[in-house]
Amino acid sequence: MMATLAFHAPKTLDEAIALLAVDPRAIPLAGGTDLIVQLRSDRLEPSAIIDLKRIEKLSGVRRHGDGFAIGAATPCTALKEDAELAAAWPGVVEAANLIGSVQVRNRATMAGNLCNASPAADSVPALVAAGATCLVVGTGGEREVPVKDIPTGPGKTSLKPGEVVAEIRLPGRVGGEGDAYLRSIPRTEMDIAVVGAGANLAFGPDGTCTAARIAVGAVAPTVVLVNEAGEALVGTRLDDTALEKMAEAVRSACNPIDDKRGTVEYRTAMAGVLAKRVVAIARDRAGEKA
Amino acid sequence: MNAPQDKRSFRYVGTRPVRPDGVEKVTGKALYGPDFVAPNMLHGAILRSPHAHARIKSIDLRKAEALPGVKAIVTGADFPTLESLIMAVGESSSDIVHISRNCMAYDKVLYDGHAVAAVAATSGAIARQAIKLIDVEYEVLPHVLDIEEALRADAPVLHEDIFTKGVNPKPDKPSNAALRVEMAKGDLEEGFGKAAVVVSGRYTTEPVHQGYIEPHACVVSWNADGQLQIWTSSQGHFAVRSLTASVLGLSQADIRVTPLEIGGGFGGKTTIYLEPVATLLSRKSGRPVRLAMSRSEVFRASGPAPGAVIDLKMGAAEDGTLVAADIEFKYHAGAYPAITAHSGASSAIAHYKVPNSRVVGWEVLCNRPATKAYRAPGAPQVIFAVECALDELAGKLGIDPVDFRLKNAVRPGDKQFNGMPFGEIGYAECLEAAKAHPHWSAPLGPNQGRGVAGGTWGNYGGPSTAEVSVAEDGSVLVTTGSPDIGGSRASMAIMAAETLQIPYEKIRVTIADTSSIGFSMVTGGSRTTFATGKAVTDAAAEVVEILKERAARTWGVEPSEVDWRDGEAVCLAEGRTDERLPIGRIAGSAPFSGGPISAEAAINPGGYLAGYGVHICDTEVDPETGHVKILRYTAIQDVGQAIHPDYVEGQMQGGAVQGIGWALNEAYLYDKDGRLDNPGFLDYRVPVASDVPMIDTVMIEKANPDHPYGVKGVGEVPIVPPLAAVANAVTHAAGVRMADLPLTPDRVYAALRAAE
Amino acid sequence: MSKLQVSTTINGDPQEFLCDPDTTLLDALREELGLTGSKEGCGSGDCGACTVILDGKMVCSCLVLAGEAEGRQVNTIEGVAEGGELHPVQSNFLELGALQCGFCTPGFIVAAKALLDRDPNPSETEIRYWLAGNLCRCTGYDKIVRAVQDAAAELRQERTPA
Repeated sequence: MMATLAFHAPKTLDEAIALLAVDPRAIPLAGGTDLIVQLRSDRLEPSAIIDLKRIEKLSGVRRHGDGFAIGAATPCTALKEDAELAAAWPGVVEAANLIGSVQVRNRATMAGNLCNASPAADSVPALVAAGATCLVVGTGGEREVPVKDIPTGPGKTSLKPGEVVAEIRLPGRVGGEGDAYLRSIPRTEMDIAVVGAGANLAFGPDGTCTAARIAVGAVAPTVVLVNEAGEALVGTRLDDTALEKMAEAVRSACNPIDDKRGTVEYRTAMAGVLAKRVVAIARDRAGEKA
Repeated sequence: MNAPQDKRSFRYVGTRPVRPDGVEKVTGKALYGPDFVAPNMLHGAILRSPHAHARIKSIDLRKAEALPGVKAIVTGADFPTLESLIMAVGESSSDIVHISRNCMAYDKVLYDGHAVAAVAATSGAIARQAIKLIDVEYEVLPHVLDIEEALRADAPVLHEDIFTKGVNPKPDKPSNAALRVEMAKGDLEEGFGKAAVVVSGRYTTEPVHQGYIEPHACVVSWNADGQLQIWTSSQGHFAVRSLTASVLGLSQADIRVTPLEIGGGFGGKTTIYLEPVATLLSRKSGRPVRLAMSRSEVFRASGPAPGAVIDLKMGAAEDGTLVAADIEFKYHAGAYPAITAHSGASSAIAHYKVPNSRVVGWEVLCNRPATKAYRAPGAPQVIFAVECALDELAGKLGIDPVDFRLKNAVRPGDKQFNGMPFGEIGYAECLEAAKAHPHWSAPLGPNQGRGVAGGTWGNYGGPSTAEVSVAEDGSVLVTTGSPDIGGSRASMAIMAAETLQIPYEKIRVTIADTSSIGFSMVTGGSRTTFATGKAVTDAAAEVVEILKERAARTWGVEPSEVDWRDGEAVCLAEGRTDERLPIGRIAGSAPFSGGPISAEAAINPGGYLAGYGVHICDTEVDPETGHVKILRYTAIQDVGQAIHPDYVEGQMQGGAVQGIGWALNEAYLYDKDGRLDNPGFLDYRVPVASDVPMIDTVMIEKANPDHPYGVKGVGEVPIVPPLAAVANAVTHAAGVRMADLPLTPDRVYAALRAAE
Repeated sequence: MSKLQVSTTINGDPQEFLCDPDTTLLDALREELGLTGSKEGCGSGDCGACTVILDGKMVCSCLVLAGEAEGRQVNTIEGVAEGGELHPVQSNFLELGALQCGFCTPGFIVAAKALLDRDPNPSETEIRYWLAGNLCRCTGYDKIVRAVQDAAAELRQERTPA
């Protein structure tokens, strides 16, 4: 507990950026479901907390070109309430709505899930598979960065001091596309992913896979986009050989640790199993939209 | 009034009225341990060891003392030096020296989270800041967590003064084997010689926490004359009084313990952790002090149930008769000697007739928190192994597993281990009910399996005091000293209503502080509805006698000429049989008929009976991931007469789900330095609502003839069968014997792959 | 540390209090305002005993900073019964014996009411997943789920015009 801890709830992003710029030990607060736990256990000892939830443009889902822009302070449950977003990116929306409990999801945000930089963050594999980007804003201006480039290791991000993720952007959808996310946890709810897998697939009119992105979580220091796994599917109709090749590529890309939530062997094996399952769901979804 | 009454004649027993304390609890008004506030109260915090095993070389308090707002600091040096004294509390007993040391370490810390110092300050934030300013110099010692490792000759020894009890002659060296118990009868060699099939194996379980949602908390206010008040939530405030008095060398009459509502205990709140520490802080500061644990403190420093390693060999004859059992189990004791080996040994095969048997139990010290009672302490672990082995035997013999158990089940009149015949027990009825239940014969799908398991717990009686007094308007106050942990106020009111024959709503129940009612043992051992209920019934029956006597005096007839029906005196004297005096009229004129109407019963009733249960579980195993889904679950139990069936069913359902958690996901995870790696509900995975189906219950109401309303203890039995019921179900679903709990997905997956 | 002054609305009434910037809403409710109906079982959002409604959404008050409540509407267990009349969720918990120790009960009632406010007829599975963030160690959840189902039926009846 710092004697000088301050709490600010700015109304504009410019104010928030200015507050973060003047105080290198200030931290932004979105949903708080990770941050407040860390604060209470002394893992974080900031000098100031900058609440982003009073900044109007950071809350809610907007249309952005053909796609979507999700404000950094938008709670996960609000994503479900946007019917178009939920129809276009069901895998992303479901991933965000696996985090914690309803109570947690009414607070937790995808931007916070991303910036907390846990390798097991549920929404991140789905976002990476989706090819999502984020708008990063700091005193030096703004830049658009692929979601996959934000986390650099457990608890570490590529954000520069004073920068915040202001929104997450998802591309627009055309027909024949589908995404999905699944995770493995010991219980049915309330656990951190032992392994998570996201898939985003596109198919031609004849059912041939034309694009595939497979990302897995909790099997390496950051979420891994497994290019070889996607490549194994492209040009195929997802026959068993292609699926097994895809799963093998996923398992080969795993570099997990043994910890309280899972073993190396189990995580690696599950990454392959879940990858096959999410590919099947994504294909069905693409078929429905074809 | 010891004869069981005809069930159909009951008016209140067996009904399901709203509990008297219900509205307070659904509106947030009820005050639990952490809710109590005393005027001018200080807030405490406890510094806990970061090491699993270390010698305390020095403690420097100067920086903490200098922090503004700090009012008192306590370390182990502030605790009096005590002589060894074994104190019985509830089902367990502990050496008071160990209870004291567990509240606050002195020379050594024995587990991650062991209390080392405590601070009282004007705010919680200052207290938490102050404990960080305390410099403790440790000499870190090698630690041991595992049972088998702790028993090795080269293992670090926790206590230089503990020599294995129960071994003759006394060992010449101290060791981590704190206790050995053995119960044997018959001739094992001869028994196994008659066996057509023999199974043997090793089974293991992990330590599990009681998992009550309310963390421990208390407020203590010490006065300069040495009298003090304690407000705390516990399973027994009289135990809090006696233990605190003994740890600190105080007179029990100087300590008034007021029970707050208790947010779950399951055996884990039958001891003390905070009260002596808060007492010393209050004495030093002269102000009331609150101490409350965080969830991580609860996991790091309060008692789990032991984990176990069980080696077992059992044999049966061709016709399915059990002929021999040779069982050796080793339980964690944690940092201090515990008592669960005794009850483990006496429970292991207590529900079966086994002519030749040897059950050996060990308690093994290790650098984990001291184990404490958890629902049927000691029984679930060893019975898990026994019920899995029975499943194996039944399979090999080609006998239905329920029939196999039925053939060997103990029945009334069979001899217990001590030679005495069993009373009106109902295990066979439970098994018959399981067989007849549609669940037992329902079809199963692919990757699904069904498991069945039985279990028993001895239950208990124990001392209780109750007072029943009649208010001037004829409403009735029942006062006991037994904390209400799951609806017992309702049961007490029902039994009083039945005895007094007045409406349930006219009766209110108070749980009095230690200075306002005589002694009652803890709420534990499934004893409260039985023993305190009998005290309430006895006192109410005496009140009925007083009421009749007052009516007789009013009418000028003999007391024998007065009957008591429907809450009123009925005159039996010739020619006056239409005269009535309702309780309200008698009570209103009580000052003129002999004074207030009140009776107390202070008893230690015998006649308690063991309880038995049979659980059926269906699971589905995901062959690719090892995930286990509980599809269907049925709990069957001999509950005696159910006083309030909702709360009997609730015990069965809650116990079953705790057992499911034990079987599937709950475990302590330590890092290589012996620090607890999952001290929270995130990674200590108790079942959540979406993990389980409805828990069907079948109450077998075989009344206990030695209780006025037929009560048998019901709270503990239901956690005994689930471990094996789940493991047997997973075994049948997966096609491979699952002998090591918990059955986490990675373990099931590994077993599936190994079996390929 | 300088104190924050927070103005908020709790159970419909305006409230002002002072707190440290790192004080949680749960601590402010319990310690500053004496509203001890919301319980702390874990302090990390894993047990749901501290569930309150913040601007219409149920949240764990241990995972909200008190300062965030500035200008917001907070509804707690103390506000569920209206004018001494129990809400059907509360009365059905009592009727079915859906509580044993009662410590988790306030969180369950706030959460269950939030569910029924948005969905008058949830399935058993929906109830179980909605309540997965509320731990109960006593009941095994059976009677809780049934109480929510019964409360839902009672509320549907009430809403149906005669």
